[in-house]
Amino acid sequence: MDIVVNLLSISFYEGLAYGLVALGVYISFRVLSFPDLSVDGSFPLGGAVAAILIINGVNPWLATLVALLAGCLAGLGTGLLNTKLRINALLSGILMMVALYSINLLIMGRANIPLLRQITVFEEVSNLFGTGSGVILSIVFMVVLTAIILAVFNWFLRTEIGLVLRATGENEQMVRGLGGNTDMATMMGISLSNGMVALSGALIAQNQGFADVGMGIGMIVMGLASVIIGEGLFRPKGVTAVLLAVFGGAFVYRLFIGIALRLGLPPTNLKLITALLVIVSLSVPFFRKKLRGEWIPPAVRM
Amino acid sequence: MSYRKLSIMLITISLLALLVLPLTTGCGGGGVRTIGISQIVTHPALDATREGIIQGLADKGYVDGENIEINYQNSEGDMALVASIAQQFVADKVAVIISIATPNSQAAISAAMGTDIPVVFTAVTDPVGSEMVTSWESHPNENVTGVSDMIVVSDDVDLITAIVPGITKLGTLYNAGESNSVFLVDELHKACDALGIQVVEKTVSTSADVLSASQSLVGQVDAIWIGTDNTVVTALEALIGVCEDNDIPLFPADEDSIIRGGIAAYSFDYYDIGYQTGEMVAKILDGTSAADIPVEKGKVISLSVNTVAAARMGITIPQSIIDQAATVYTD
Repeated sequence: MDIVVNLLSISFYEGLAYGLVALGVYISFRVLSFPDLSVDGSFPLGGAVAAILIINGVNPWLATLVALLAGCLAGLGTGLLNTKLRINALLSGILMMVALYSINLLIMGRANIPLLRQITVFEEVSNLFGTGSGVILSIVFMVVLTAIILAVFNWFLRTEIGLVLRATGENEQMVRGLGGNTDMATMMGISLSNGMVALSGALIAQNQGFADVGMGIGMIVMGLASVIIGEGLFRPKGVTAVLLAVFGGAFVYRLFIGIALRLGLPPTNLKLITALLVIVSLSVPFFRKKLRGEWIPPAVRM
Repeated sequence: MSYRKLSIMLITISLLALLVLPLTTGCGGGGVRTIGISQIVTHPALDATREGIIQGLADKGYVDGENIEINYQNSEGDMALVASIAQQFVADKVAVIISIATPNSQAAISAAMGTDIPVVFTAVTDPVGSEMVTSWESHPNENVTGVSDMIVVSDDVDLITAIVPGITKLGTLYNAGESNSVFLVDELHKACDALGIQVVEKTVSTSADVLSASQSLVGQVDAIWIGTDNTVVTALEALIGVCEDNDIPLFPADEDSIIRGGIAAYSFDYYDIGYQTGEMVAKILDGTSAADIPVEKGKVISLSVNTVAAARMGITIPQSIIDQAATVYTD
């Protein structure tokens, strides 16, 4: 039974930690309908900022907060490229992602910053409770943090600004027609999204013991896969359910990867498994409609 | 039955099946100790390291599938997996974790901290700078040791000055995103400063940049040296082409690159690095604490030269150097 418990607990921790990436991707892709690829850059940005501050003696909580804000700033950059310079959304994200690679190297001054012998937020928490570090502690910490973040988003998305944000993703023309500022909503949404992604990067760097400039590779795929799995599996209705489903999707995604590792599948096949998992989740509505004989809409490009 | 119920049932069944399967395969028998090997990516040098580890262990009496069980995991460059693999090894309470390359080693050490699982790193260039151990020799409180693949850059620079006399400007290409390469280029600066040679460095971020970065060095340098940079070595042929067209002698730092068309290098065989690591792990399995084993550098270093490559780049290698070489390539 040990193996199953280990697998579940590790996946649960990872689901929460990477769930923040999924939350970020959900805000940009789903709420705003903005395909933001800067995520692959803002994730290591969070790790880089937190790491450089921590090794320079800054309190890890403060360092993590600054990392979150740095992510917001990066997202703001993407938003500005799109709304002010009228650059295509996809391209804005790609440009920011490419720029962030150099910016992350500049911030860190090297490619990899070790945090093995530094005081991180996880150590602070374990000192606070006088327990050793371990997966359980990481889980408790992440559960509390995730609960706070979910509560904030649950409230925020129902406020007037939150409604403008959601409406912008649904029908930008209508929001403009009603006098809403869609540019502002886009920039705010992308900022929040990248802030969450950077927060995840900062926490994961501290938990795994290093920040590396290459740690963002594939984040966007993982985030998207988590969102799609969460939606496909849990079919959430309403804001709260959707937010929970996003984290649930991240958990199932990490669980599948963990099981694939366990089964001793050739590691080279893992990316293929990820792709298949997303394809299966995405094709569920198609087959459902086919089964019921309903009308199937034509393929869309964006 | 509605479609939704059906899909939920299918997913639940497949999840359960996947959860139960590892139970039947994952449990080792009594007395057989498990060794976790975590490798960062499939790469000829790292694969050779892993083969060396397994042979080194076998020659010391620890044979995979007989008295030990090797659990090999490869993260294929996915940093999210690096930490997952390390945590799984710790959760499984493996006897030793062997980590091939820097990020996996950091993740393994981080995950094993506070447990009694020793970590043996290998193919890591700068274990002290990356905080894996506090010192090469004595690290009493750290259940960590390993083998470094640090190359002695000053030996390479001496070799270059012997083959290209009167050199004043030495070019280099590297990916600033690879911490090992940044370390080696720092070493290059130190070695060249001592001899009054100016270093001209160009950075690349993907292997697609290698060609244009190589061309930007034309006319600026008397020779080019590259370290064990994964990005540049991947696109080595682009660099070799530019060097041959412009008569710039090229000195890589690994033997495989000499075979591909570089001039000369002092290098290790990564198989030997792995073999040395395997012997070290055997010592730990015999009962020595990792904390008591000093970090080692690669023991077997050999000079290899490629005389035809030198001719293509417009120089001749002095006979005295060819005589010292362990391997001379002539095609």
